[in-house]
Amino acid sequence: MAKNTLSSRFRKLDIDEFDENKFVDDHDEAVDNQGPDGAEIDNLIRQGDMMTAFHIALRNPPVNTKNPAIKERALAIVLRVLTSFKSSDIEPAVKSLDRSGVDLLMKYIYRGFKKPSDNSSAILLQWHEKAFAVGGLGSIVRVLTARKTV
Amino acid sequence: MSLYSFGLEPLSCHAWNKDRTQIAVSPNSSVVIIYEKKGNEWAKIHELTEHSGRITGIDWAPDSNRIVTCASDRNAYVWTLKDKVWKPTLVLVRINRAATFVKWSPLENKFALGSGARLISVCYFEKENDWWLSKHIKKSIRSTVMCLDWHPNNILLAAGSSDFHCRIFSAYIKEIEDKPGPTAWGAKMPFGEMLLETKDCGGWVHSVSFSPSGDHLAWVAHNSSISVADATQGKEMTQLTTDRLPLVSVLYVSPTEMVAAGHDCCPFQFSYKGPGSLKFVKKLDIPKQTSRGSMSAMQHFRNLDKKATDDESNELGCLHQNSITQLCIVSGTKAHVDKYSSVGLDGAMVLWDFKVLPTYTTYTKGCGHPVK
Repeated sequence: MAKNTLSSRFRKLDIDEFDENKFVDDHDEAVDNQGPDGAEIDNLIRQGDMMTAFHIALRNPPVNTKNPAIKERALAIVLRVLTSFKSSDIEPAVKSLDRSGVDLLMKYIYRGFKKPSDNSSAILLQWHEKAFAVGGLGSIVRVLTARKTV
Repeated sequence: MSLYSFGLEPLSCHAWNKDRTQIAVSPNSSVVIIYEKKGNEWAKIHELTEHSGRITGIDWAPDSNRIVTCASDRNAYVWTLKDKVWKPTLVLVRINRAATFVKWSPLENKFALGSGARLISVCYFEKENDWWLSKHIKKSIRSTVMCLDWHPNNILLAAGSSDFHCRIFSAYIKEIEDKPGPTAWGAKMPFGEMLLETKDCGGWVHSVSFSPSGDHLAWVAHNSSISVADATQGKEMTQLTTDRLPLVSVLYVSPTEMVAAGHDCCPFQFSYKGPGSLKFVKKLDIPKQTSRGSMSAMQHFRNLDKKATDDESNELGCLHQNSITQLCIVSGTKAHVDKYSSVGLDGAMVLWDFKVLPTYTTYTKGCGHPVK
């Protein structure tokens, strides 16, 4: 065989990066949200005020940043809140959200599905069921089509 | 409403002739078949076979009786009827990717063609050399143009693209028409000028439709939403997210009402009355009355055992059994549609009646005037 077939270094090259017609997302000038405040939420969970913790956790979602650390941190906080809910409290919590809140909750639920921990899947499935009842297939489609992910 | 089945192949697109006795459809292949209504049935009368790629768009100009077709083979043909045979004329669209959508302008002196080459080709007939020429609109478009709609003034063109934006361009061709007057979207309209670019819609824009007056523009996107931009209110955009599967075709049927259909297999009615006031009205399909008949207890349990359900039918509860791909006005004008048609992936074409329900008058206290 010829020598030039030995190297497979070319396979690691991302050819799409060099495409001059490559699609680049619009850069949104909106505020880079930093995600919810972990300490405040810890306090509220300790006090047992789950509803407020829930609402604060869903505030300031880090959708505009590209920094994965911020997103991981926000995800961890939200999942902590979601997993500490009692099953009977899930439905009123979902009902207290507006349309965009339900879409955001769905985004977090699916991100939580991606990395399952010990008992997160069961409670997340309950959350999913209640959020689906309110948001319908449209909210799941918006999780799939969202360019700005949580 | 009535359903006609044109076979098992999905229908990608359709177009009607002027008196709605003939319909041109494409069964997801490189041919266009023209059917004529004979009584209650549709009989095949012509087959247009010039394209070598899958047909992506058909439009039939009612007054000049010309058909324009475009396909994934990067070509478009204009067909004219001579001696009862449809003869194709190649259009030089000069695109290097597939064509995705084609539409005649309201005055039928030009047509617009969307393509995967990230440009819109506006084509007109040049008499001196007896051929169809094209001009390109490329400004700002960063991905495939998926849908087009003409403004009633024959100059402005709305385009929805898979770069998540909806835009309005001027398609003014000075060789064939006079300078247009100002509209609510803008006053200066040289060819290719962009008069509106929406912000990120959240998904590919599948279909756009101007309102009958041309002052509102509605579009549907792949994130299961429908939006309207209002020229009379400073181009303000209102978006409504639905809890259903994405809609892929939208049509204005009155100055305030729109019909949209898509992957939920049935049409829905929406209403826009002003900024912030875009509402879902109702589902426009009447569910089939499932005639269960009398099922014996034995049959009931046998079904439960075999199929885990005692529901005999495995059909969707609506007329179309698969996604709807395109809606088209059949009778009436955009300002007052009486009938519209839909074709879908199930190979069926359904004719729908549209009725605007009368609004109820209510009286305000101490005023005496009816308020609708």
